[in-house]
Amino acid sequence: MADLFEGYRLGAAWDEMFSALGTPREAFEPLHEALRPLSSDELRARADSLALSFLERGVTFDYEGSEQPFPLDIVPRVVSATEWSLISRGVAQRVRALEAFLADIYGTCAVLADGVIPRGVVMSSSNFLRAVAGLEPPGGVRVHVAGIDLVRGEDGAFRVLEDNVRVPSGVSYVMENRRAVSQVFPEAFATHRIEPVSDYPRRLLQALRAAAPEGVDDPTVVVLTPGAHNSAYFEHALLARTMGVELVEGRDLVCGGNRVRMRTTGGERNVDVIYRRVDDEFLDPVQFRADSVLGCPGLLNAARAGKVAIANAVGNGVADDKLVYTYVPELIRYYLGEEPVLDNVRTYRLGAAADLAAVMDLLHELVLKPVDGSGGKGIVIGPRASQDELDALRRRINADPRGWIAQPVVQLSTAPTLIDDRLRPRHVDLRPFAVNDGKDVWVLPGGLTRVALPEGELIVNSSRGGGSKDTWVLGDADEAAPQGPGGPTSAEDAPAPRGHQPDLGPVEARIEEQQQQQQQQLAQGVRPC
Amino acid sequence: MLSRIAEALFWIGRYVERADGTSRILDVHLQVLLEDSWTDEDRSCRSLLSVMGAPPPKGPVDRNRLVDLLVADLDNPSSIIGALAAARENARRARETISAEMWEAMNGAWTALPAVRSQAVSVHAVLAWVRQRAAMVSGVADATMSHDDCWRFIVLGRSLERADMTARLVATRAIAGGPSWTHLMRSCGAHQAFLRTYRGASDDVNAAEFLLLDRLFPRSVFAALEMAEECLEAIEPSAARVGVADKARRVVGRARTGLEYRGAAELLVDLPGEMERIQRACSEASNAVSRRYFPRSAATAWSSEVAS
Repeated sequence: MADLFEGYRLGAAWDEMFSALGTPREAFEPLHEALRPLSSDELRARADSLALSFLERGVTFDYEGSEQPFPLDIVPRVVSATEWSLISRGVAQRVRALEAFLADIYGTCAVLADGVIPRGVVMSSSNFLRAVAGLEPPGGVRVHVAGIDLVRGEDGAFRVLEDNVRVPSGVSYVMENRRAVSQVFPEAFATHRIEPVSDYPRRLLQALRAAAPEGVDDPTVVVLTPGAHNSAYFEHALLARTMGVELVEGRDLVCGGNRVRMRTTGGERNVDVIYRRVDDEFLDPVQFRADSVLGCPGLLNAARAGKVAIANAVGNGVADDKLVYTYVPELIRYYLGEEPVLDNVRTYRLGAAADLAAVMDLLHELVLKPVDGSGGKGIVIGPRASQDELDALRRRINADPRGWIAQPVVQLSTAPTLIDDRLRPRHVDLRPFAVNDGKDVWVLPGGLTRVALPEGELIVNSSRGGGSKDTWVLGDADEAAPQGPGGPTSAEDAPAPRGHQPDLGPVEARIEEQQQQQQQQLAQGVRPC
Repeated sequence: MLSRIAEALFWIGRYVERADGTSRILDVHLQVLLEDSWTDEDRSCRSLLSVMGAPPPKGPVDRNRLVDLLVADLDNPSSIIGALAAARENARRARETISAEMWEAMNGAWTALPAVRSQAVSVHAVLAWVRQRAAMVSGVADATMSHDDCWRFIVLGRSLERADMTARLVATRAIAGGPSWTHLMRSCGAHQAFLRTYRGASDDVNAAEFLLLDRLFPRSVFAALEMAEECLEAIEPSAARVGVADKARRVVGRARTGLEYRGAAELLVDLPGEMERIQRACSEASNAVSRRYFPRSAATAWSSEVAS
């Protein structure tokens, strides 16, 4: 075994690369082969150049007011085609179910009348917004983009940890990671057939254009960002750039007569679809937070009038609510008549007295999460918490049991990660991204693998010192890429295109002259004085 | 201006742009080889060399050999190092005319390349560095030289070479397992400009249209040819009543109109053929410029009188 893997230990968690020490799983074999001949110095040097390229390209996230590079580990995570097909089906199924759920609770509320999910759970969610009840979005799509967080437990099964159907972020890192890793680790890239991720902006734009209000033939799509100080600003800019659309801030927009327009040098121009990366409560000061300067007053009325499409729809947060999450398997059965492809992680609902009592006794063994939090905020891991922290937590839960859920500590799977100059197992999760254009839910073959860099750490969020990995979904070796116009007519007998021989400048022609110039110098140099 | 100086300036423009264009074409080709490991590497590399007009090498060609031939081959003035060396050599002959900053930019590029090559982790880093240097030379020339005829000869050379290089780049589209239109766009830095122009309604015909015919994107074949025409016109304004007297302008103008008055769909029918015609036109125009402005007496060999 090469020295890179020296001292690599397998713990209780599922290891992505090894089934047993020194024995890689089938999907990881080529990568393992590519890593083995590398010395730790060589891998370190490449990792450094990787970090430098990220810095130069400005791949950063904003943490507490300063721009931080997002650490990218050089060792990719590989997902086999079989595993991916399961994930992809499971994610698409979940998105379809959540889509149906949102349409229902902002519409007829059949799910509540049928008692599948208690009325109280939905109505008490702080992200259930009555302001959008009855608002039917163009095309009926509310979840244009979804990020579903998956973890892999000790048994190797992928489970859903949480749903993000508000403004899921991270897809820019998927694209940037691929680009960077393919350049510093080309030999590993060459031995795999990896599904490309560069198609994402095109798919997203297509879905956004499909979401345009009826009767608009050539819709104007914009990306709405809170501004350059937002933690995901890099991503907003990247998406706007790669889709070729304007990146606007709230102050660039103006509403009037239920139309949304943007201020341009050529006068005000209509906006038809807004891919907004601004949270619900800041979106429209008329409806929500009156002090918000990030949104545009009147936006929601324009959407209600059907003159503009907002993606993702306002009010989606209720589907992200971690208490609603516990009902998603039932929602899948109810709306789709299917069994869930991906299970949930076992979760206690603290609103129920029996669960609450059980959890209070087991507080030191469980993970406690606030239902409306995201980005790892407010999470308490029982086994790591001090007695004081647990007491404080107990008081907060008793004050608001609806506000919390509890889950057993999931030993996230581990993957080899370069720490100093050796590979070490570190815990990872996976966030696949799905795009819904109203006809089809497309799951980007790849996704964001986040890795917790400190040893034993289970929280992978970037705000908690997490990094990321490039995620390689292995493709089908037989598929050939389609050829567009101007391409080779047939791979076999197309004559190679020929170029004209390059013109050459005058320098070469005057060798003799050069020699004479030199001779003259020589002649002068040896002249006796 | 001395003809000799004008000639040096013209070739500075051409060679620097050639280094830039070669770097772009090679970069995208390597990226494609990397992404699609099912491509026949030897065949694909040979096709690329053929597009670049390089003589077919003996023995199998893999990506490393390709890099050696197109980046580091000192004997080939169309390899990147060869082009940078030739540009510097020309600059050395026109040192008193070009600005000091420009000389430093070019001399710096040439002296630093071997070190950059040995220290860089990947060939992509080297190629990116070459493009940066080329951009620096162009930028310094534009910003520190008077926009007189001296400068125009540089821009003329640059524009002709740019049209030639974009034509070669587009021709690589026809290599089996070669780059997609998106790859081509990326390699000439046109992808975002393209996306913004067509706002998502982008397809392959639009892409061809953009790289060949766009009036505003400076690296399109059309824009480069038009710029060359403007330079020729400014160097020798024509007051002729009939037609265009200058041979170079006629050749460039004909190539431009050949693109302009035919749609992208028509050009796509025989893309490699069209692209070779563009390259030939650039070469012909370059020769015409040489004959018109850089006349050279045939070297006369004197011999002593032999008494009979």
